This record gives sequence, C-alpha cells and structure tokens, in this order.
Amino acid sequence: MRLLATIALTLLRAKLRQSIVAAVGVMFSIAMFVTLLGFMNGLNELLDGLILNRTPHVRLYNELRASAEQPVELAYADSAKGTAPIHHFIRSIKPKDDLPRLRNATAIMDVLEKDPRVLAVSPRLVAQVLFNVGTTDLTGQVNGIDVMQEVRYYMFQDYLVEGDPNDLANGNNTIVLGKGLADIMQARIGDLVQVTTATGDRTMLRVVGYFQSGIADYDKVQCYANIKTVQKLLARPASYYTDINLKLHDLEEAPEMAKELAARFGVQATDIQTANAQFETGTDVRNIISYAVGVVLLIVAGFGIYNILNMMIYEKLDAIAILKATGFSGSDVRRIFLLLSVIIGIVGALGGLVVGITLQNIIDNIPFITAALPSVTTFPVDYSIRYYVIAVTFALATTWVAGWFPARKASHVDPVEIIRGK
Amino acid sequence: MNKSELVLEVEKVNKYFHDPMTIHVLKDVSMQVARGEFVSITGKSGCGKSTLLYILSTMDTDYEGELKIDGEPTRMASRTRLARIRNEKIGFVFQFHYLLTEFSVLHNVMLPGLKLGMKSREEVEHRAMELLDDLGIADQARKAANQISGGQKQRVAIARAMINDPLIIMGDEPTGNLDSRNSDIVFDIFRKIADEHKRSLLIVTHDQDFAARTDRIIDMDDGRVIT
Repeated sequence: MRLLATIALTLLRAKLRQSIVAAVGVMFSIAMFVTLLGFMNGLNELLDGLILNRTPHVRLYNELRASAEQPVELAYADSAKGTAPIHHFIRSIKPKDDLPRLRNATAIMDVLEKDPRVLAVSPRLVAQVLFNVGTTDLTGQVNGIDVMQEVRYYMFQDYLVEGDPNDLANGNNTIVLGKGLADIMQARIGDLVQVTTATGDRTMLRVVGYFQSGIADYDKVQCYANIKTVQKLLARPASYYTDINLKLHDLEEAPEMAKELAARFGVQATDIQTANAQFETGTDVRNIISYAVGVVLLIVAGFGIYNILNMMIYEKLDAIAILKATGFSGSDVRRIFLLLSVIIGIVGALGGLVVGITLQNIIDNIPFITAALPSVTTFPVDYSIRYYVIAVTFALATTWVAGWFPARKASHVDPVEIIRGK
Repeated sequence: MNKSELVLEVEKVNKYFHDPMTIHVLKDVSMQVARGEFVSITGKSGCGKSTLLYILSTMDTDYEGELKIDGEPTRMASRTRLARIRNEKIGFVFQFHYLLTEFSVLHNVMLPGLKLGMKSREEVEHRAMELLDDLGIADQARKAANQISGGQKQRVAIARAMINDPLIIMGDEPTGNLDSRNSDIVFDIFRKIADEHKRSLLIVTHDQDFAARTDRIIDMDDGRVIT
C-alpha cells in the first residue's frame, strides 16, 4: 500500500498544476459549504431564539367563557327522559362572573415541579392597566413575573436594554417599561409613573429599566414587574396567578403535555409548536437551501476531479501498461488512481476547512446592529463541529466516486494493446 | 532434456484475431525453453512472433492451448496470480524502453522489486545499484528517466527486468531502436545473463546477426514454427 501511495504521489507531483486546480475546486466548495451552513444556522438559531427563548413550551391559563351547560338545559334534561335536551331561545349568554385566575395555582405548581419532564415552572400574573401621563392615559399590560426564574430560563436580561434585573426582583413597587412606552412617556430610570388598574386603584411605580423585544407594537404596551408588586397592585392574595409557564427538558413533548395538563387541571393549555408553527417551516426551508447549494458545489468539484483524472489516465497509458507488464495487477492500478483522487479530496477538504473557518470568523466580526436584538452586535455564526464533519465526509465521498470511474478504466487498460500499438 | 529444467513450455497454442475478420494467427505452436538457454525468435513481419511472445508473457490470455511457466499451468490462473508470475518470474525488455518519466532511473529499476515485497527497501535499492553498476550506468542512477540517452534507457530497462532475478527475460525487438554499437552492448549483457546468471532469454528480433549469435533460433512463418 505504501508503494502504491508513493506512485500516486509521484504521478500527482508530475501533474502538479492540474492537481492543484482539482484540489482548489474541492477546497472552494467545502469552504462555501462550511461558511454557508455556519452562517445560515447561526441566523436560524438567532431567529428561533427570538421566539423560543421567550416563549414557554407549555402555557397554562384560564380563559373566561360562558358555561358550557346553561341551567335551563340542566333543568329540563331529566324530564326529556333521555331524549335530546329541549330547545331554548336564550341569547346573548355572557361569560361567567369569575376572576381570570388559575384555580389552585399553588397546588398545580407543586405537582408540576415534581414532574420529571419539566425543567422549570414559572408563574405569571398579567394585569391590564392605564398609565396616567399628564392628562392622557396610555393603555398598558403589566406582566408580574418571577424575575430570577425568567432570567434563568427565558433570557430576560438579554432584552433588558437598561437596568438591572435584581432591582426588579428585590425592589418594591418597581417596574421595567417597554422601550417604546418609555419613549412616549418620557420616563427616565428612577422616575415614578402613575398606574391605574381596571378597578380604578392607583399606584405609583418606580422605573428601574427598559425592555426591548424588537417588536415595536409589543414594546409600546408590555411592561414587567415583580409578581408581588402586581398582586399588590390588583389587591389580590399571594396565590393569585393568571398563567403558569413551563419549560420542558424535551421540546417535542410539549403538544402532548399541553393536552394532558389541560384535561387534568381543567384549564386551557397551549404548546409552543401550535403557537409558533411558522418558525419550524422557515428553519427547515433555510436548511434545505443551504444543504442543496453545498451539495451542488461539491458535485461540480467532483466533475472537475473526474475530468482531470480521465485526462491523466489518457496521458499515462504507457505508465499503466508498463506497471501491469512488470507485475502490478489491475486492482493495484485502480488503487493508485483512487488514492490520487482521495489525496486531492483530503487536501481540498482540509484547505476548505481552513478557508471556511476563516470566512466564518470574518462574518462573525461584521457588525450587525438591529433593534430587534439588543444583545447582538455582529452577524451570528454557528461553529458547530457537525458541519465540518459533514463537509469532510461528503468531500471524501465525492472524490472517491469521481475517482472510481477513471480508476476502473485504468485497471482495465490492456498492456498488450498499448505496447504493441507503438 | 530434464523436465525440471524447463522454464517455459508451450503446447499446441492457437490464437485468432477476430477484428475486423477472423484470422488464424498462431497455428499449433509448441516450444520449450530450458534454464540458461538464450533463444531468439525470428521471422517476417506479421508471422505472429510478437503475438506469441505476448501470450508467453501471460499478458494476453485470449488463446487456446497450454502454457506452463516454471511447471505451473497458467491457462486457468486468476489475473492477480498472473500479475504475480510476471512480477516474480518474468522480466521484460521492449523495443521502446517504457520507463516511467516521473521517477528517477534508480526508482524505475526498484519498482518491480518493491512490488514483489520479498526484500526490504534498502535491499532492493542495493540490488538495483548493483545491477546499474554491472550495466555501467551507476552514475546515472539519480537522474530523471527522460534525461539519459536511448542506449542507456534500454540498459535501465534491462536492469528493471533483472531486479527480481526472474527465471526468464523476454524481449520484443530490444535492439530495434539502437545503433549497432549499443546493440552489441545489449547483446553482450544478454549473453552474460545467460552464461553467468543461468537465466533463460527469449528474444524476438528482426536482426539476423543478433539471432545468429544466440544458442537457438526459432524461425516462424505464417503462424507456425518451422525450425
């Protein structure tokens, strides 16, 4: 085998320029493949993160609705003796007079915290409010959150453009305003804002930070406060929550768990897949496009190798004939040319990785400033080792296949024909 | 003649060319070559002497009849086995030298030896240098194969044929492209191989003077052996 490799290398050196052209073809395609996939996936992760980071995998809540069974139906159901309930003419049925809270929220949270599928449980209390600014009122929504839990599992601090999450967690009557809302109100950090609840209660809250999600309409309405502050604001007890958000160990379990929990606790439940179906589709399409481009580039490089080897074999017919005449078998000759091709593939692939990683680094340093992502300053790149492995594997496979056909042809060269032909 | 001394035996070999029409090229050819014998094959152009040589060399397997090399029948042998036989037991010298121009003179000589793999690289190199020295071209060993003269190239080809100490060396017009001085040098080398090394030689040639100086002449005409 070492002898065959020496012969392959010597032939390669004799045709150095063509070999380099072939290797550069592979290098270029590998570099593009790695760069493209790294960049595409970096973007994908960024865009997915935009939604996935902030969205609970399963959200439990209680929507106020009209009762499914009206008293008039219950009252006459028996006298109908098993036949269909009587038809009534009551219209404009209103939702029940109830609070939009989760009943038994503390007990539900205890159960969920013990569930092995659940990574984190965080309660929320959402309140609709009016901000009184001079003579005008601005509508807003205050989300009462468990601040430390949100920082840990929902990247809360990434979207906090100014301020410290600790101020929100520990302070009394503190609030983080949406950036858009803060601009309208001209509220600076440390200022007091007056808040009126739906029931007419007024409270002064101190601004400790700005929140920017990147979605302008959202930032003009949404604010965050400590959950205790919101309970106090609404004059509700400490066990009063409107939502329970779950983060799971395995995202894929969310739809099933949402159904199960909805039935078990008698609440509404949405899973992340239902809430954000379009994101998966976008990610898949982008992945397919980048893989397709990469694979096409490699196939083109493969054709280049095929051509160059074919030409080399044509020029080296004499050498092949004499090798066979002096005792090299057909499979030896085939191995020599396959080795040639694979050497070109390996050199090209390694060069391609170096160039690809360099390009990735360059992209990673290009400034990319967007209001949507306050924590991002340069283009995102995914340096996952997976793409390097795929690229190298595919390069070797392509060069092997591209080399196989010319190599087979070389192994079938009849030395008698060549030698007698002179 | 002692049976075990036979290096090459050919029994009733027939060969046809089918393209463009069927021609009967070799007709019931039988012959033998003993160890240390220097045999030449002569005949007119197209009498089938080269065709016979390529069958004997095991490179052409499309024939009828029996061919034994060193007592081993080759008719049914696999292509890999035939390659091995060529490597180990047969040496070739062609009209054109067929050196690999990418390799040095020394490396050209070494290649069949390295392929055989019976000796270490150092031993093969040592043996190759010995052969080149015997043939008077040791000083050319490190040159590229296309930087030496025609006569020298043919001597390199002979060294290459000798590297594995084959039983028989076959030549297809080895002096056909050489002037008379170089021709004589090559003949003397062959003579020495036969006499001193006890190797057999089977040389196809046009050159009547060359043939006359060998041990035995096999004369062919129209696909038959006539003497």
